[in-house]
Amino acid sequence: MSTTAVTTPSGLRLPRWAAPVGAAALFVAAYLVFQGTGTLPHDKEAPQFLAVTEFREWIDDHRNDNPLFLYFLNYVRLFVAWLYDLFLAGLHALGWPGITGVMGALAWLAGGWRVGLLALGGVSAFGVLGLWESSVETLALVAVAVLLSLAIGIPVGVWAGLSVRVRRAITPALDVMQIMPTFAYLAPLALFFHIGAPAGAIATMIYSIPPAIRITALAVSQVSPTAVEASASLGATRWQTLVKVHLPLARSTMALAINQTIMMALSMVVIASLISAPGLGGEIIRGLSRAQVGIMLPAGVAVVIMAVVLDRMMMAVAHREPHAKTGRTNLLAALALAVAGLALIPVLPKLWPENLTLNLVAEVNDAVGWAETNWYAVTTFIKDATSHALLNPLESLLTSAPWWLVALAVLTVAWRVSGPRPALVALGCLLAIALLGVWEHTMQTMTTVAVAVLVTLMIGLLLGVAAARSPRYSAVQRPLLDAAQTMPAFVYLLPALALFGTTRFTAIFASVIYAVPPVVRLVEDGIRAVPGTVVEAAVSAGSTPGQLLWKVQLPMARRAILLAANQGIVMTLAMVVVGGLVGAGALGYDVVTGFSQRTDFGMGFVAGIATVLLGVMLDRITQGADRRPSPRKRKFT
Amino acid sequence: MKIRLLAGIFALGLAAAGCGGATVATSPSSTAPAAGSGTASASAGTVKIAINPWVGYEASANVVAYLLKNELGYQVELPEIKEQLAWEGFGTGDVDVIIENWGHPDLKKQFIEEKKVAQEAGSTGNKGVIGWYIPKWMVDEHPDITDYKNLNKYASLFKTSESGDQGQLLFGDPSYVSNEEALIKNLKLDYKVVVGGSEAALIKSAQQAQEQKKALLFYFWDPHWLFSKTDLVRVNLPAYTEGCDADPKKVACDYPEMDLDKIVSTKFAQTGGKAYELVKNFTWTNEDQNAVADDMTNNGMTGEDAAKKWIEANTAKWQAWIPK
Repeated sequence: MSTTAVTTPSGLRLPRWAAPVGAAALFVAAYLVFQGTGTLPHDKEAPQFLAVTEFREWIDDHRNDNPLFLYFLNYVRLFVAWLYDLFLAGLHALGWPGITGVMGALAWLAGGWRVGLLALGGVSAFGVLGLWESSVETLALVAVAVLLSLAIGIPVGVWAGLSVRVRRAITPALDVMQIMPTFAYLAPLALFFHIGAPAGAIATMIYSIPPAIRITALAVSQVSPTAVEASASLGATRWQTLVKVHLPLARSTMALAINQTIMMALSMVVIASLISAPGLGGEIIRGLSRAQVGIMLPAGVAVVIMAVVLDRMMMAVAHREPHAKTGRTNLLAALALAVAGLALIPVLPKLWPENLTLNLVAEVNDAVGWAETNWYAVTTFIKDATSHALLNPLESLLTSAPWWLVALAVLTVAWRVSGPRPALVALGCLLAIALLGVWEHTMQTMTTVAVAVLVTLMIGLLLGVAAARSPRYSAVQRPLLDAAQTMPAFVYLLPALALFGTTRFTAIFASVIYAVPPVVRLVEDGIRAVPGTVVEAAVSAGSTPGQLLWKVQLPMARRAILLAANQGIVMTLAMVVVGGLVGAGALGYDVVTGFSQRTDFGMGFVAGIATVLLGVMLDRITQGADRRPSPRKRKFT
Repeated sequence: MKIRLLAGIFALGLAAAGCGGATVATSPSSTAPAAGSGTASASAGTVKIAINPWVGYEASANVVAYLLKNELGYQVELPEIKEQLAWEGFGTGDVDVIIENWGHPDLKKQFIEEKKVAQEAGSTGNKGVIGWYIPKWMVDEHPDITDYKNLNKYASLFKTSESGDQGQLLFGDPSYVSNEEALIKNLKLDYKVVVGGSEAALIKSAQQAQEQKKALLFYFWDPHWLFSKTDLVRVNLPAYTEGCDADPKKVACDYPEMDLDKIVSTKFAQTGGKAYELVKNFTWTNEDQNAVADDMTNNGMTGEDAAKKWIEANTAKWQAWIPK
């Protein structure tokens, strides 16, 4: 523990760099002395894994006679399956003319002719891409998941909005749910709900509930207290106040909640196809397993289109004036669209006519093949250089260091950046990972995350600073970032796979494109938030633009940058784990194997838990930024 | 809002009515009996054939699916489900047929003998064998490399960025039948299994290795169309003897040659009618499968088109499968 004593900011009399450098030197010395001892190599047959595998066998054998399953879980499964079949049957009954017409009409009502046309075009695009069936299945799955999320999330959110105590109680749970990498949900769900559409819908629901609860709670709690008081003093009951005052006033924020829920559901619904949920995700998995970008690309595009259409519709609802009435022409147009769509149901075939589809599989595959052969030298060089220069040394460092040394390092860094409590939580997570028997793979995943975060932050800082300094550049970049953030995470695997094949680097590349947009945005906002007076003072004191940036803007935006790092790490981890599908190995691969090899189920399950713990740990290490003032902050002010 | 209300009411009703509890097998399933009606015009029911992730399997599945659709009038679903999950699907109604099963004695014991949710439905006629392969140019340069005892001598040739100091043994889809880890350990080989993630990754690497003279040791299997396009040589592991692979942790021998067979759910066997008969009768050769698989992979055909092409050219063969 002597190292931690050195790094605590008590020794302010020493030069500022002495403590970190001293601690680092101590760690290096300890590593050199103890290297290779106290390692925890991976054992596929660890008793922890076998116990879980056995538990699963037991569940499989008793799925039909254990009361918990017989009277509860199986009913949940049946109910969700029924709901899904209902939606699917409804959508199938509408056929493509019906769906197109009705979606167009709804969009027109929500946001006028622009959104209406967007919806018409978007829905038709599913057919043109040759993915009508899968798109309808995905739509049904998303509808079920969103409906269930809202059915549970809105009441809980309203309750949390009205009661501070409830809000405090559920916030930590929501925190964990939001940093939990999506992959981690799947194994437990497969265990309790088996595979298929119902399990997929439930997984999606769990993933998309937190924003529903959070934003609803926020919306309700922000309702002006005067309005509430006025209502109460007029003799309204609590229920009346809720229904007539809280909910209407919170309407537009709640539309935002629904929007977020839909977006989360859309990104999860693709991953849920790993447990055999139907829909577009299946196409993406199929493309992955055949390494054919031509199969994946149309499905990815369809998911993005669906996200954009639904997003624009919900945002239009959210941004509408509270008392604006839908104009007569809009109403008529929407009605006409819906009627036209419905009237065409008997006339046109239910399935999208095949001669209207655009089959691009071969072309895309050819293009990818061309890129592969022609860029082979460059991509291989980047991949190999990164692997040899960064990944392999760091990985062997982390896996050959004694576990206690790594734990000590985590404790020290977390204490320094975030304070004692988060540091202890981080340490606890790490020790739990060691006990679970997945230490080595966790260290490997951490290596990949570390490299990816490094690259993400470099690019993010660069683009963020550029955007903050040039409004014109920012105006170009913003819409791109918006679009990138609407896209489901899975889509980013496509270009990565096309360029780099199945290796760890593929996961890094994908997670960098996934995590850069929010980082850029946070950095840009942070730098812009630096008060103009300070900037002016620095300029008038003769600072060059470079000095202004390094001495004033970046230091003052430190909190935002740390927050960006925190976000970047959490997002990168989620993506690196998904990268297990494309050769990232380690924890993500364990999870994937757990689904496909019965004897490895336990390992996959445990790896899922370890991912969550790793996520919490990394979050706690870096959360100092937004949740409490950092100990170092006073030095800058 | 109305739908949610309805759903709630339905849930209550469901809970109240079903005091006996719900079992997973009661989940809505498909295979309606074909009911012996002679006409194949109306839809006769739905058959779910699991799709395992390799193209040979898909070739078989697509040919059977094509005949079920166009000759017997069934609906066919081809869900992508990996080997072991597909076995579990027999019990839940997610899967009716596995059209090409590679051994899996443990699963047979569990699902056929103990749980009785599945049945064997005869051989596919394909002979399957798994093994370790290297491109032919390596054998030309190092003739003794095909003996596993010499693999350690050449380990440094097979080093990659992913395998570190050891040689790389490239593996396919995580769901494949695999003794690789045990073999490496028990034969004391200085190699590391690197997972390519898919059949396609294996094929691509094998083609690159032969064309660009790069070293590669990889997991592969026959029947496969690749053997007719790229020269590959199998590495000789200690020969297979009956029962040498009984304990998965102690395996130190090569894979056996397997009679690939078909597995169906018990329910499908009982109520599948003509569809079941067709699946049971289906049998063809490795060459047949390779022809269809080749069309699917290299000639840009969809599974359905490739199946159609084979079916049009081999009428005599498939007509023997159609139940009278």
